[in-house]
Amino acid sequence: MLEVREISKSFGGLKAVDSASLDVASGEIVGLIGPNGAGKTTLFATIAGFHRPDAGTVAFEGKPITGLAPHRVCAAGMVRTFQITQPFAGISVRENIMVGAYLHTADRHLAAREAEAVAALVGMRDQLDQRGADLTVAGRKRLELARALATGPRLLLLDEVMAGLNPTEIVEIVGVIKNIRASGITILLIEHVMQAVTSLAERVYVLNQGRMIAEGTPAAIADNEAVIEAYLGHGAAKVLRA
Amino acid sequence: MSRSVLLCVLGLAAALAYPLLVPNYLVTIGMLVFFTAFIGQSWNIAGGFAGQTSFGHVVFFGTGAYTSTILQVTYGWNPWLAWPVAMAAGGAVGWMIAVLSFRAGLRGSYFALITLAFAEVFRILANSVPFTKGGLGMLIKADPRPLNFQFKDPIWIYYLALLLCIVSLLIAWQLTRSRFGARLVAIRENEDAARALGIDVFAEKVKVLTLSGAMCAAGGTFYAQKYLYIDPGIAFGVDKSVEMLLVSMVGGAGTIFGPLIGSFTLMGINEVTRWLASVVPAFKNVQPLSLIVYGIMLILIVARLPDGLMSLFRRPAAKPPPRHA
Repeated sequence: MLEVREISKSFGGLKAVDSASLDVASGEIVGLIGPNGAGKTTLFATIAGFHRPDAGTVAFEGKPITGLAPHRVCAAGMVRTFQITQPFAGISVRENIMVGAYLHTADRHLAAREAEAVAALVGMRDQLDQRGADLTVAGRKRLELARALATGPRLLLLDEVMAGLNPTEIVEIVGVIKNIRASGITILLIEHVMQAVTSLAERVYVLNQGRMIAEGTPAAIADNEAVIEAYLGHGAAKVLRA
Repeated sequence: MSRSVLLCVLGLAAALAYPLLVPNYLVTIGMLVFFTAFIGQSWNIAGGFAGQTSFGHVVFFGTGAYTSTILQVTYGWNPWLAWPVAMAAGGAVGWMIAVLSFRAGLRGSYFALITLAFAEVFRILANSVPFTKGGLGMLIKADPRPLNFQFKDPIWIYYLALLLCIVSLLIAWQLTRSRFGARLVAIRENEDAARALGIDVFAEKVKVLTLSGAMCAAGGTFYAQKYLYIDPGIAFGVDKSVEMLLVSMVGGAGTIFGPLIGSFTLMGINEVTRWLASVVPAFKNVQPLSLIVYGIMLILIVARLPDGLMSLFRRPAAKPPPRHA
């Protein structure tokens, strides 16, 4: 469904993403992990059209989308959320979600109905009339999810939807993500909360200093020497095994 | 909902009856309230709803005023026919400014400054090119017949201003309930999120500035027909830009009735202070007293009511719930 081939992206002298490749098949939940500053968000932003890659290609459902503007990528059926939540602060949750729903309908009533349906799916039915600015962190994360879902994507790119949530909220949102997948939407997620990654993702990619250093099932990844060293430092794998 | 419909009907009835009950002087004041609300609304659509704050909206006003006046004076057009052409010209200037500045990625205060620069360039051009008659200005021959867009009785120009104001309110109302309007608000609130959700931010911003420019140009023609004279300072002067921005901000930017409430308030202050200056000896030498009051008012509104007077009519927003750590 998504084929990312040898994407590179530099900012000034800093190579944020270095020849990274990944694949997502239809119906999967794929995780993208890596230490802070590994380039995960940059890779995401590049895939979604927010940055133009210096090299490499992105194809979505067989069609090249490299360097396409974000709104076109979204219209093609792939939508991203933001790690630092970006609610439309001055308008209600309902109106926030309607902006997403307006992608495929110009009808206000239809958009409002869809917004309510999506809100129910992510557990925001009781907050529809709250302003975006008045939401808690958990509420904002859900709103990111809801707005993105309302655009009717086939592939959802989730950037750390669990960061900043407490354990109860994480369990809830893991349930929400499972429901989203069950409704037929493929998911690629960046996540730091390992418990969530292991319970959600079938496959995991590990990015470190802009390079893809490992790929596999969560269990295999947790046992991978390069991954352990990336997180804990050189020589850590040996110490752990000893 | 029904309460606001009732208020609108009552307001409309009062506005229709008003010129029949008061002397001509007050009819003209009323006309100015609606006219300023109209051009204020043209600013509000771009600056309030879409968040594209402009300091140079007068560029559209002047384009409209000069286009219809030149067509009329130099080429003998009927002003009613010149009116839509003036609107098209204003729309074209809006489109051009939008394409140039948004292509260059100008946002926020940079966009505001570039619009100010455009307005100044147009003013200087109008001062120097031959077809605007330069600094002399252009005089429209007085020939008060309705067919000429000139009226003997101020009541007709009052009703025309009222009609313009109502049309602008309907446009704003439509923005609050259409996809286009929702997209503009999304762009105002967060451009990146809007892009991620499939909005072609550039195209929508160009559209709204074109619409706003055409509306404002309609106001320019109206003004020229009312006063039968324009010069570069009147047509492209910065004070008109400020006036449009001020009525919207005071009333409530991004709301349907903001510009009308703002226009009503500022015009009211203007008249009251003028009257005060004429009766209170101490104020006699404080020329224009209204500007001082405007200033105080603006400070108070920015500090206490950043969403304008309209926010007084809305239910206070619920207190945000406590944040999780």
